[in-house]
Amino acid sequence: MTDLLFADARLLDPASGLDAPGALLVRDGRIADLGSNLGRPDGAVAIDCGGAVLCPGLVDMRAELGEPGGEHRETVASAAAAAAAGGITTLAALPDSRPAIDDPALVRLLRARGEETGSLTVLPYGAVTRGCRGEELAELGLLHEAGAVAFTDGARAIGPARLMRTALSYAAGFGARIVQHPEEPGLAAGGAATEGELATRLGLPGIPAAAEAILVARDIALARLTGGAVHFAHVSTAAALDLIRAAKAEGLAVTCDTAPPYFDLNETAIGDWRTYAKLSPPLRAEADRLAVVAALADGTIDAVASDHAPRDPDDKRLPFAQASAGGTGLATLLAVTLAQVHGGALPLARAIELLTAAPSRLLGAAAGTLAKGAAADLCLFDPDRAWQVTAGRLPGKAQNTPFDGRALEGRVIGTWKAGRRVFGG
Amino acid sequence: MRHLLAIEGMHPPHIAALLDLAESYVLLNRSGQTPRDRLRGRTLINLFFEDSTRTRTSFELAGKRLGADVINMTVATSSVNKGETLLDTAATLNAMNCDLLVVRHGASGAPALLAQKVDAGVINAGDGTHEHPTQALLDALTIRRHRGTLENLTVAICGDVLHSRVARSNIHLLMAMGARVRVVGPKTLMPGAVERLGAAVFHDMAAGLADADVVMMLRLQQERMARGLVPSAREYFRFYGLDAAKLAAARPGALVMHPGPMNRGVEIDSAIADHPQQSVIREQVEMGVAVRMAVLDVLSRGVGNA
Repeated sequence: MTDLLFADARLLDPASGLDAPGALLVRDGRIADLGSNLGRPDGAVAIDCGGAVLCPGLVDMRAELGEPGGEHRETVASAAAAAAAGGITTLAALPDSRPAIDDPALVRLLRARGEETGSLTVLPYGAVTRGCRGEELAELGLLHEAGAVAFTDGARAIGPARLMRTALSYAAGFGARIVQHPEEPGLAAGGAATEGELATRLGLPGIPAAAEAILVARDIALARLTGGAVHFAHVSTAAALDLIRAAKAEGLAVTCDTAPPYFDLNETAIGDWRTYAKLSPPLRAEADRLAVVAALADGTIDAVASDHAPRDPDDKRLPFAQASAGGTGLATLLAVTLAQVHGGALPLARAIELLTAAPSRLLGAAAGTLAKGAAADLCLFDPDRAWQVTAGRLPGKAQNTPFDGRALEGRVIGTWKAGRRVFGG
Repeated sequence: MRHLLAIEGMHPPHIAALLDLAESYVLLNRSGQTPRDRLRGRTLINLFFEDSTRTRTSFELAGKRLGADVINMTVATSSVNKGETLLDTAATLNAMNCDLLVVRHGASGAPALLAQKVDAGVINAGDGTHEHPTQALLDALTIRRHRGTLENLTVAICGDVLHSRVARSNIHLLMAMGARVRVVGPKTLMPGAVERLGAAVFHDMAAGLADADVVMMLRLQQERMARGLVPSAREYFRFYGLDAAKLAAARPGALVMHPGPMNRGVEIDSAIADHPQQSVIREQVEMGVAVRMAVLDVLSRGVGNA
């Protein structure tokens, strides 16, 4: 493999605090050297970055893949193509597929399916309960041994307090996190939108915003009780973020992420029955969106995940309450996050940290940094290049983006996996 | 006007014009001189995904009195893939070149979805808990004929507001026409932030009905009790059922309305429902046909030249 020299780049590596102009040398799929005065070794192919940002390949800590069982919506291969276009080189896959990832063999299968793409490392989550049905505990130990990075029932909340307590206690034994979909199931049942004026006008069954804070409060208490580690996925309300902020201050093993829709959109996006904007949790009021932005800046939110949920047209071309919840997010993850940088809410380095080093740390992954010797998983992007999201023209199979029509600044120029170019050029 | 999907967003002059036209149809209906050539050669399909004999019959009669060819389609909602049925049906109807499509569906927004897919003018005959525009129009016409105007009247809408498309359409229409609207009912049957729609919220009938010009009762479905939103029918009647004692709080001679079908002894006492002076419930049915004739008339002018 020929050496690659990324010249004239803005090297950005939040893991090491690096943000400086320079070059980066890739040899045998690994980062051989980087710095401001790096010469071109003989035989190295130079890539002129033209001052664009070179950062670690993004680490997406929450995405649904179509496989197994939903191949008509997305496959590992089509998701990998979308991920590469979005600068993502490592992705944690949710287990609530059909069958659910509740068996060690399925964990190994998903990892292997990722390797087959050559562009994406797939880190499988293991199911907390068998079939993600919320009844009996899955074989967490065996799943962990097979390579499950953490445990979750995906888009389904772990409802019974006793079950959550057991899961937290048991997983703590081998240092694994339980990732919760924080929505009190009884309050959320049958709901299609956040309860409030808009849901009332549209005649949609509402989910009170408090459904999130209630489960977060309970699980924080259970983390305190068990000493286990809980991670709240796609947190979307001010009340839940306040609870998480306090739990962190107390020193509990509590972490959380959010997804771009929750800091870029509010509930008005569902006006005119736009089912592409039907998500779970549902989009919130503007005050909650602002609280999410503030929590990204102050560190309450640890990471930003795509929350990619591929759906096909038949899932979405339905009356709103009957339509399936979920939106794609791989191709838009970086640019929508950068909108917060352009808007002045986040420094660029913090935004990239939320997409690289931070999720990598939470997953215990060997990714998300530009360290010497690390795999050359790289993302080269122009933070100012403008483009427009158009459903139907996105990379990958699923096109159900909640950002349809959104004008964005920040575009991936190229993505490299272990030194091999997998997007752009 | 191409479709009638919702009252929300309609301009007051449009509403007034529709009511004026409906008024003329009341007179024509009573004289038996309806213009049977008005919709001659036009096809109207009543597409009902929920059973509703009275609304369907009202639209059927309205269409026939204007000379339209009326076809009734009742689609079973029990089928597993209800959504697919909706768009498949839309494609079928489009191929049949129907001019006007009257849709009743259990899901909010279903008529709006259909309207995007068919060439016909779509009339929302009730969708989920969203809107029931022709019901609000017929209620307004009934009130206007008794009180001369809607402006500055106080209208109390009582009962299960949470699940009521009738309540939502009425709130929008009455607010647009300058009436004062109150919603009265137990807190478990109030939608979130309903006050943001402009209605004053009451949980006590005596306070909510005080000096009201119109008392509009809503139907309480049995399943609400099954879901525990209301403990029992007798408790509901005790606190929210309209009887003479509660009605006494309203202005003397206040109109009593109900969209039907009524649960006598649950939300309304029979003596009130059949009150010869104050109850206008039967008249609402008559106004329904006239209002629907007006809507079909206006929409048929829009179809083809939209």
